[in-house]
Amino acid sequence: MLNPVIFELHKKGRAAEHLPAPETPEEEILASIPERMRRRLPLRLPEVPELELARHYERLARRNHHVEKDFYPLGSCTMKYNPRVHERIAALPGFAALHPMLPETLAQGAIRLLASLEEALAAVTGMDAFTLQPAAGAHGEFTGLSLVEAYFRKKGEDRRKVILPDSAHGTNPASVRRLGLEPVEVRSDERGEVSIDALGAVVDERTAALMLTLPNTLGLFETRLPRIVEIVHGAGAQLYLDGANLNALLGIVRPGDIGFDVMHTNVHKTFSTPHGGGGPGAGPVGVKEHLIPFLPTPRPVRDGDRWTWKHDFPDSIGPVHSYYGNFAVLVRAYAYIRHLGGPGLREVTEHAILGANYLRSLVEKSYPVPYRRAAMHEFVASAARFFQTANVRAMDIGKRLLDFGFYAPTISFPLIVKEALMIEPTETESRETIERFAAAMLAIAKEIEEDPERVRGAPYDTPVRRVNESLASRRPRLVWEDGADGEGVPSRG
Amino acid sequence: MSYIPHTDEDREKMLRSIGVSSVEDLLREIPRSLRFEGTLPLPPPLSQMETELELARIAAENGAALACDSFLGGGVYDHYIPALVGQTTARPEFYSAYTPYQAEVSQGTLQAVFEFQSLISRLTGMPLVNASLYDGATALVEAIWMASGERSGRNEILIARAIRPSYRGVLCSHLAVSGLRLREFPFGKEGTTDLSCLKQMISNETAAVVVQSPNVFGLLEETEEAGRIAREAGALFIQVFDPASLALVRTPAEAGADIAVGEGQSLGSPPNFGGPLLGLFAARAEFLRRMPGRLSGMTEDANGARAFTLTLQTREQHIRREKATSNICTNQGLVALAAAVHLSSLGPEGFRRAALISQERALELRKLLREAGGAIPFEGPFFREFVVRFPEESLKRGLVRHLLDHRIVPGIPLERAYPEMGGCLLVAVTEKRSRESIRRYADLVRDFADGKGKGAPSDA
Repeated sequence: MLNPVIFELHKKGRAAEHLPAPETPEEEILASIPERMRRRLPLRLPEVPELELARHYERLARRNHHVEKDFYPLGSCTMKYNPRVHERIAALPGFAALHPMLPETLAQGAIRLLASLEEALAAVTGMDAFTLQPAAGAHGEFTGLSLVEAYFRKKGEDRRKVILPDSAHGTNPASVRRLGLEPVEVRSDERGEVSIDALGAVVDERTAALMLTLPNTLGLFETRLPRIVEIVHGAGAQLYLDGANLNALLGIVRPGDIGFDVMHTNVHKTFSTPHGGGGPGAGPVGVKEHLIPFLPTPRPVRDGDRWTWKHDFPDSIGPVHSYYGNFAVLVRAYAYIRHLGGPGLREVTEHAILGANYLRSLVEKSYPVPYRRAAMHEFVASAARFFQTANVRAMDIGKRLLDFGFYAPTISFPLIVKEALMIEPTETESRETIERFAAAMLAIAKEIEEDPERVRGAPYDTPVRRVNESLASRRPRLVWEDGADGEGVPSRG
Repeated sequence: MSYIPHTDEDREKMLRSIGVSSVEDLLREIPRSLRFEGTLPLPPPLSQMETELELARIAAENGAALACDSFLGGGVYDHYIPALVGQTTARPEFYSAYTPYQAEVSQGTLQAVFEFQSLISRLTGMPLVNASLYDGATALVEAIWMASGERSGRNEILIARAIRPSYRGVLCSHLAVSGLRLREFPFGKEGTTDLSCLKQMISNETAAVVVQSPNVFGLLEETEEAGRIAREAGALFIQVFDPASLALVRTPAEAGADIAVGEGQSLGSPPNFGGPLLGLFAARAEFLRRMPGRLSGMTEDANGARAFTLTLQTREQHIRREKATSNICTNQGLVALAAAVHLSSLGPEGFRRAALISQERALELRKLLREAGGAIPFEGPFFREFVVRFPEESLKRGLVRHLLDHRIVPGIPLERAYPEMGGCLLVAVTEKRSRESIRRYADLVRDFADGKGKGAPSDA
């Protein structure tokens, strides 16, 4: 079999022996658990020789795209290089082997590191304090909005509305709902920014917050931000920053200096920690002074020359994670900030912006960019004209890019651009890579004119051809099931 | 200029192509009043080597912990991890990959997630498993959300007080404004959940009942009975499980759970000071369209070859926005991969041995600590973790400090979470704790009680 699942490699009795047999007879140990509380279901884990296992994961590894293989143009995802040295640092036993409930005296370095990272993030963003507990961006959104909700509850104000631009990430409205708040959409204007008129019309004394992504998901700076701040604060509401695009702001703009009250960051974007094929990330939340009392507990604080966990914050929303957040991820983020420092972080942003604008200049003749203004760290092109003339969709172009060895851009987002291709090269992609990618984009544009069918049928040169997603959802097979004859047959869910 | 590949010449060429003379020209759209002037107030940059040395110094401040025999558990356990686990997750093909939206070039991640779902399904007996959530605590939050959606006319959730205190905290922060009423039902003097009290409290207002087994004290609960009580009242039964226990102990499926959630760190991840963890989420088949988070499904490619893809995405936030079943996007993918490699490496025998040896040593330590003067407040059946109460007199004289001085981390004090349990420690034993370390722990306790425990730490 070319591509077996792990259960197809199973034969009884051939797993490697990792552990000794217990010294006590098994029945004696089991006697501590009454019959009725014991497992009766057979434990059907695979038994695979270690070499075959290693080859199995080697095969899987080869079937993945990843940052070290080639460029990820994914807009809003900031797929920058994950420095190798961070992997070595995070694996140090002095970090990896620490139990979270160790007495504080035995974990001084770990608590200090977390406190130092909070301080560093505050310095980078201009916020007054951070919590590192949220495990991902959406968890950060939920946490940040919880702080806003708690703040207004404490003040006795009933504010249920959260305003979101129509270009917002899908997590924003989903997080708002999770808090039982009411998402209200505000449209973008012809410049691709929040419409000031529309905003003025919806913000009122029932508004808790405006959630803004800056630069927005079109890669554009909200140039009328001072007016937005006036409107939002004028109504007594809070201004939330979705920090997904913070890579465009380092050392250039500090959200805490310009009117934002609360924000989350995605350290797996801006601060170079790996995406892990879907996590773990981390979504620290920063706040201005007035929201500090509501931050999750426990918080790392200095007590003389010692670091300690402080639990006693009466207005706190309480913990949002079992312990202190994704510590091993946060260690990497701290190493990144410590390595680059202020000047290095500013260079990150300058080169992210330079790269995005350069790539745009190379492709925009073929792929029109609807909002013709200077891009920040990413830009959104439209494939609408290919859809009209050749029935080729943005998704098809993305799939064709896979044949060139690249990943696809973010497709069909933001929703306000037809056939959107959202592209973010990050500061770590070289001029040569950007040019190679642009050449592929242009070659595809040409191919659409000559042989659109070819593009619609892509990809060809990938581990599998176009995957049938509708079959997957029509007949969900979510776990493997062995047939009676030992042949694997997938479960029909 | 670390990690930035551009030379001066590159920059010149790029700026020319854009049609500007400097990066500053590209920033003109930002109102001047909003610009940050100066350098970010951070410590000066370090080279890679200096960064690594600096971080190694910080790690070394925790070094004393590494020399200890630790009996800490409470949700995070120090089990043996086969070498292949860490060496697989350390591959950039896995750690530097993005969420597998483009299935054709993400088959490695997608198949690994599918195998993870299948393995957890076999472990728990539950037919549906998602691709992971942040941790056990937030997985329980998602379970409650799902249950309240499923029983939408009911707005009360009954939660055993004997679930992990950190979970109780996370439930409060996540559900405080949900409109759901969270009510706790107590544990009895045996340390297990008081099911007669549950019977009295449950009503047609109850959407779900939450019981953890093994519970916060390591004790096995009467989950089947709890499930029956829930079912009879028309409520859903949510079991919080410990995956390592399932080698020996009745599965959530056998107990009749509708939703099963747990902390998966013990499947192949080091403690990492409490993160990243792994939220396990499993459910009965009928809840398919209410599942939170990602699902990897097996399907075919255009040529009919086996292929995997993220599926049923219309439940998710990027499609469904405010109507999504959850706001989760990034989950704990690499930790789930570790769990899959871990279970596949150990196989049924290895996984069972880890549980058996842990239980064997926990039984032994419990016996020795009792002989050394410790009281065992709860005598019921348990799995690899138990509560001990040391004599007040020993504690007053600094028994815990004494044990730490002798490089034994004796357990988690329970008093903060359960004020009535002063002097009680939660003690966990895994297969990695040697019989010598167990004896040494008990000897130190006994000698201290005998007044022989003063003086400098021994070399033991």
